[in-house]
Amino acid sequence: MNHKTSQLTDPSGNAIRSVMKNRKATGLISGVALGLSAVLAGCVQVSAPDKPIVINLNINIKQEVVYRLDGDAKDLINSEAEIF
Amino acid sequence: MFEFIRKNKAVAMIGSLALTAIVATPVLAQRDPAYAAARSSGVIGEKSDGYLGYVTSPSASVKAMVEDLNIKRKAAYTRKAQETNSTVEQFAFTSGCNLIMRTTPGEKYQAPDGSWQTRTSAAPIRDARCP
Repeated sequence: MNHKTSQLTDPSGNAIRSVMKNRKATGLISGVALGLSAVLAGCVQVSAPDKPIVINLNINIKQEVVYRLDGDAKDLINSEAEIF
Repeated sequence: MFEFIRKNKAVAMIGSLALTAIVATPVLAQRDPAYAAARSSGVIGEKSDGYLGYVTSPSASVKAMVEDLNIKRKAAYTRKAQETNSTVEQFAFTSGCNLIMRTTPGEKYQAPDGSWQTRTSAAPIRDARCP
């Protein structure tokens, strides 16, 4: 039987390590190339907004917070009535 | 026997009424007369942020009094904000809701749009977030 170097196994069925290694390396390189092209194609352009970002501080006081604090506020007004 | 119970009931009721009067009076009496006068004359009013504000330009003595009260209020709000894990602004605002509610007819308060209003017997105009 004629043995070619591209064969992955020897006649007895054992893996020829050097050939297997080469195949693996080729696969790895093609994989990296594929990933790189995907990254380059899917590039997302981000630009800064031209208008200033306005944050409304009034949002800081939410109704649920007011409801939670209501009892404590009433206590304070009653206990320190001289300043209210 | 019945007569005795009825009499006792009446005494108890009078007693509890008297007790309420004793408890309720000091709250109103605790206000400094000058402060009470400035409030009822409409020179100063309750703002929606929990502090006192000037409705008309104040005299030096009224200005000093309001500044002093607002400093004391801020100290109290700061202390309570720490106790309740809230911000000073949140606690002050919640107090403002209550203070506007407690104004009596004739006193001034600030509406959500910033305008000064005179309290009537009707409910005051308050921020939508007020309980």
